[in-house]
Amino acid sequence: MNFRSATLDNGLEIVAECNDTAHSLGLGFFVRTGARDEIDEIAGVSHFLEHMAFKGTRRRSAEDVNRDFDEIGAHYNAFTSEENTVYYASVLPEYQEACIDLLADILRPSLREEDFDLEKNVILEEIQMYADQPPFGMDDRVKEIHFQRHPIARSVLGTVDSIGALRVDQMRDYFAARYSPRNVFVAAAGRVDFDALVRQVNERCGGWAPLDVGREAPPAASRTGFELVARESSTQQYILQLADGPSSEDADRYAAKVLCTILGDDSGSRLYWTLVDPGLAETAHLSHYEYQGVGMLFTWLACAPGDAVANYEKLMEVYRAAEAHGVTDVELRQAKSKVKARVVLGSERPRNRLFSVGGNWMQRREYRSVANDLATLDAVTLDDVHAVLARRPLTRCSTVTIGPLTQFNAQA
Amino acid sequence: MAEPAPSAESAAFTLLTPCGCSNDPPDRLGLAGMLCDLTLRGAGPRDSRALIDDLENLGVERGESVGISQTSFSGATLADNLHDALTIYADIVQRPRLPSDQLEAARLVCLQEIRGVEDEPAQKLMDELRRRAYPDPWGRASHGAEAGVMAAAIDDVRRMWTRFYRPNGAILGIAGKVDWESLVDHVETHFGAWKTVEPPASAQETPVDASPHIDFEGNQCHIGIAFPSVPYRDENYLQAWAAVGVLSGGMSSRLFTEVREKRGLCYSISASLHTQLSRARVLCYAGTTVERAQETLDVTFAELLRLRQGVEQAELERLKARIKSGLIMQQESTSARSGSIARDWYHLGRVRSLDELGAMVDALTAQSINQYLDEHPPADFTFATLGPQPLALPAAA
Repeated sequence: MNFRSATLDNGLEIVAECNDTAHSLGLGFFVRTGARDEIDEIAGVSHFLEHMAFKGTRRRSAEDVNRDFDEIGAHYNAFTSEENTVYYASVLPEYQEACIDLLADILRPSLREEDFDLEKNVILEEIQMYADQPPFGMDDRVKEIHFQRHPIARSVLGTVDSIGALRVDQMRDYFAARYSPRNVFVAAAGRVDFDALVRQVNERCGGWAPLDVGREAPPAASRTGFELVARESSTQQYILQLADGPSSEDADRYAAKVLCTILGDDSGSRLYWTLVDPGLAETAHLSHYEYQGVGMLFTWLACAPGDAVANYEKLMEVYRAAEAHGVTDVELRQAKSKVKARVVLGSERPRNRLFSVGGNWMQRREYRSVANDLATLDAVTLDDVHAVLARRPLTRCSTVTIGPLTQFNAQA
Repeated sequence: MAEPAPSAESAAFTLLTPCGCSNDPPDRLGLAGMLCDLTLRGAGPRDSRALIDDLENLGVERGESVGISQTSFSGATLADNLHDALTIYADIVQRPRLPSDQLEAARLVCLQEIRGVEDEPAQKLMDELRRRAYPDPWGRASHGAEAGVMAAAIDDVRRMWTRFYRPNGAILGIAGKVDWESLVDHVETHFGAWKTVEPPASAQETPVDASPHIDFEGNQCHIGIAFPSVPYRDENYLQAWAAVGVLSGGMSSRLFTEVREKRGLCYSISASLHTQLSRARVLCYAGTTVERAQETLDVTFAELLRLRQGVEQAELERLKARIKSGLIMQQESTSARSGSIARDWYHLGRVRSLDELGAMVDALTAQSINQYLDEHPPADFTFATLGPQPLALPAAA
C-alpha cells in the first residue's frame, strides 16, 4: 500500500493509494462543486450537470459514452452532494487507460440544447420520485430551518420550478466557472499503475485551461426551530432533527463518529435499546456529516403516528441524559471495536478506498491510510466524546416532523 | 463450505436455515419474520442485551433476512473474531430463548416494517408484482400481513422454530482469512449436535387472482411487469440471465437506452431475474409521473417483446465484460463471496468457483442465447401498477 501524488502544470492534482494485491482499481474525478456553490436562479444545476456529463462530448454521443463504459466492464456512476460532484468507475487493471479516457472526456461535455431539454424530464422525474418517498423532501427543509440562508442548506436536486426554468446557457456558464483543472482532481485506489496514470491524465487533461475558482464559506450560524408538516397519505410519522456537528477540518470529528455510534447506531446503541428493540420505532439513528466549515449531527426517526410524540420525548431524553451524565467506558470500547471493524471491512474494496482517499483529499488535501484511521479512532477518549457533547449539544436542534399528525404536543 | 482468501483481513459467513415465509401458516403470515427477530432476543447463556453487546464487541457487521424458503443470518468481522461470532450464532439457531416477555416487542418490530413499506411505493409495487406473478406461497412478501402478525402467539413461534430451524437444509458459507482445519473443528463442536427434523411436505400451490392496479396517492405511477423464466439450477439459466442482462445490465442496455436515454420517460427502470429453487421470473420495474406512465409501460413492454427477436453479438460482448469484471470484484468482498457460496450450495448442491463461472460466461454466444429465446420467448406476462389511476394493459397480456 503506498500513496502517490502528482500535479499537472495546469494545477490538476492526481492522488492514489496503490495496492498491488488488489484485483481491480477505482478511478474518480472529484469536482469541488455542489449545491452550496449555486444561487437561487440555478438551484439544482450541479446535479443536472452531472447527468449531462453522460449525454455526449465532442468525441462521443450519449450512446457512445454508455456503450464504451459497458465495453470495458466498468461499474460506474456519479453523484452530487452539497459540496462535490464525483464521477467514478471500478475496472480491471487492463482498462485503466480506457477508463481515464472516458472519465476525462465526459468532464468536458458538449451540453447540447436538445439533450438538455430531454434530460430535464429525467431530473424532474427524479425530483418527483424523492417527493413520493420518505422523508418527502424534509431533509432539505430541516437544513433550511437550522442553517437558514447558509449555502450548505441548499437543495442538491433543486425544485420542479428551478429545474423547469433552467436554461442551457446558465448551465454552460456554471460549468465554465466550476470545472477548471484547479477545482478538479483525480483520485485512484487499488491496482493502480501510477506513472502511467499521470501520463494518461496529462495527455487528456493537460490542455484544460486553468481558471481560479473560489467558494464562499461563510461561518455557519445556526438557530433552532420546530416544524410539523401534515401529510395525510403517509402511513408512518417521520422525525428529522439537525444539530451542529464538527466540520471536516475539526479534530473533533472522530469523537463525533464514536458518539454517534454510541447513541444512535442502527444496532446496540442507546436509541436502538430505547426505541427500536422494544418495537416503538421502525428506525432511529444518529449520524455525523462533515462539510467545509460546517458539520451536522442528523437524527432520523420513523414510527407509527400514535407513538411519535412519546418517541420524540424519549429521543430528547436520551440526548439530555448523554449531555448530563456522559457515556461509559464500556460503551466507548464497544463503539470503537465496531467502528474499527467497519473501517477494515470497508477497506477491502478498492472502490471504498477510492472514496476515502478522494474524500480526505477533497476536504483536507491529506492522505490517511487505514492504519491512520484505526490509530486515531483508538486514541479517542471519553473526554473527547464528552467535549463534543458539550460544544455541540444534541438538544440544541432543529426538528421537522412529517406524517399524518396534524398536531404535535411534545413536552420535551 | 469455506473459501479461504489469505490476503483478506476479514472473514464473513452466511448461515441459511430452511425457514422461509413460504412456511408461514396462511393465517400467520409474517411468522418467520417474528421468529427471526426473536432468535436474537436471547440465546444460550446470553439474554437479549448480552447477545447484541457481545456481537457488537466482536465488531460483527450483521444482517438477518427472511426469504421465501430460508432465513439468512450473515455477518462479517475481523478474521480473528470469526470463531467467537459463530459460537454465538450456534446458540441463536439452536438454543434461542424465544422469550414470551419479548413477543410484543417482536410483534411491534414486524408491524413497523409492514407499515414502513406502505410509504415506499416502489417496494410496495414490487411486493405486489411478485405476489401476482407466482402461485402462492411463492410470491409472498417476507414481512407478511398485519393480521398474521397480530394473531401470532409465542407457541406459534416456538412451533415454527422446532420444525424449520434444523441442520438438514441448513447451509453455512464462509469466505475470508480462515484456516479450514480449525474452522471445521469449531463448527463441528458447536453445530455438530444439532438434531435433524423431518422436513414437512412441500407446500400446496394456489394461483393468485388479484386485479393488476393498486390505487396509491402520489406524484408517480409505478409499473411492474413479470414473465416466467428458468431457475438457477436449470442448464439454461445463464442464457436466460444473459438475455435479461441485455435488457437491463449497464447503461447501454435496452431498457435504459430506449425508455430513459432516448425518451426521457423516467428516472428508474430495471429488470432482473429473480430465482427460487424450482421457479423463476423476470421482474421489470419503472417509476414515472402519471402523464408519462402509459408511454413508459408501452415502450417497456415493446422491449420485452423485441427480446423474442434475439440479442446481438455486440450487446453480448459488453455484457460479458461487465459480468467478468463483476466476478473478479466479487473476490474483493468476503461478505459477497460467503453469500454466493451458500446460495450456490442451496441451488446446485455444490459451489461454482469463479474460474468455472468465468468459463461458462466465455462460452455464451449470441446463438446460444437466441436459441434459448426461441424456445422460451417472453410470454405469459403479469402486470401490476400502483398509482393514482390504472393504465391500459397491452392486449398480449
